[in-house]
Amino acid sequence: MGGDPGKDVHVLDRIQHRIENGRFVSIIGPSGCGKTTLLRIIAGLEKASEGEVLLDGNELIQGTEEVGLVFQEYALFPWRTTFQNIEMGLEIKGVDKEKRRSTAMEYIRTFDLNGFENRYPKELSGGMKQRVAIARTLIMNPRVVLMDEPFGSLDSQTRNAMQEFLLRIWQKRTDTIIFVTHNVDEAVFLSDEIVVLSKRPAKIIKILKVEYPRPRDRTSEECNHIRRDVLRILEEEMKRKAG
Amino acid sequence: MKKERFLLPLLLIVVWQGLCTIQVVPSYKLPSPWEIVLGFKDLLIVGVPPGHFLHNHLLYSLYRVVLGYAAASLWAIPLGLLMGWSARLLRVIRPLIEVVRPIPPLAWIPIAILWFGIGIKSAAFIIFLGAFFPILLNTISGVLSIHPILIEAARTLHAKEKDIFLKVLLPGAVPSIFVGMRIGVGIGWMTLVAAEFTGVKEGYGLGYMIMTARDIQRPDEILAGMLVIGVIGLLIDIGLRATESRTIRWK
Repeated sequence: MGGDPGKDVHVLDRIQHRIENGRFVSIIGPSGCGKTTLLRIIAGLEKASEGEVLLDGNELIQGTEEVGLVFQEYALFPWRTTFQNIEMGLEIKGVDKEKRRSTAMEYIRTFDLNGFENRYPKELSGGMKQRVAIARTLIMNPRVVLMDEPFGSLDSQTRNAMQEFLLRIWQKRTDTIIFVTHNVDEAVFLSDEIVVLSKRPAKIIKILKVEYPRPRDRTSEECNHIRRDVLRILEEEMKRKAG
Repeated sequence: MKKERFLLPLLLIVVWQGLCTIQVVPSYKLPSPWEIVLGFKDLLIVGVPPGHFLHNHLLYSLYRVVLGYAAASLWAIPLGLLMGWSARLLRVIRPLIEVVRPIPPLAWIPIAILWFGIGIKSAAFIIFLGAFFPILLNTISGVLSIHPILIEAARTLHAKEKDIFLKVLLPGAVPSIFVGMRIGVGIGWMTLVAAEFTGVKEGYGLGYMIMTARDIQRPDEILAGMLVIGVIGLLIDIGLRATESRTIRWK
């Protein structure tokens, strides 16, 4: 595969896949195929019956600072303000108040949440909530950021804006992103690499590299080309099981 | 809207006063509103028994309630958090609670007197029993109502058990805890007055005051005392409600 062999992630049923440092990898597959389970195992929220998740060749254990997870339903603490949600991880870590404040404020600026730092989640729009959730995860500087259909419940315009926003943020950072989605357009627009999973039990049926420079044009020939490929693979997979 | 609230009570008082004035109702059974006002004045100035003024009765009653209620909260909230968190603990303790809970706090009075004697301890114990279960059960259901994803979110932020307890379970259960505390103080207050009927050592307490008023045949003072109990209960509830809405603005 070339590149920096910094990060190895081996996953699920006879699936072995290695993800390189700093890559944006999307995982796509039929709904219910176990994409979320896969992420939850990597995040340490569930234990795989067999196999292991390795980071730099070492097994990942739950609660490791190396991995962060962004949930589809935001999972913000409703009793905490934007500011308090974002600083939660630092607070748990025992970072002192001043440092917490300055770091959190920096993320609030970067994430365009100025003026909303003292609002509670119920007062925020869907896009804002997801920005808070992403900031809350990234402030911990994880090396691997897991995202479980983070834009799945946003309307399509907000979704597009959030995709562009995410790329802007990520390009200034060194995190590896593993992004689960069922939206082919989204995967093509965002990723360096698209991993297509089969129906349950999930196996990798195809890995596509997307090597076009960013920012990408969603409607360009190249994007359409990849999109067609992915859609065809998914369609065949659906037929295979049905027939 | 605001005015409508007072319409019915006002009408009632006027009719009541009217009936008493034309002596349809004998005043030794139901004193008129005005006589109750005078009785209230006597409670304040003369005292029942004489020298035992209303505000001292009130203070003693509040003291007993605060003591029992504080003890109930201090035990019920942590225990409720633990029981909501650990399914196992819930399974172990719940049967015991289900057996003890339906026993009315007042049914504990005889054994409480045997254990603690007549006095502040048994009164506080009765209040404790009245307030404990609503606070406990609401705390448990508060914890159970927290979406598991929030606990997972905390875990992905590397929260230890202690953090999950203090930063997720406790704040998440607060709205429900408040409901329990409001019900608890209501029951505690009602229970207290009844508990004081059965005897107090210090010679003070609203329940004791009412019973004394009965002994000396003063229905006006009985009713004035009842009104005081009602109003204080209302004020406590208003106070808790205000704290509640300030604390859980996020809801």
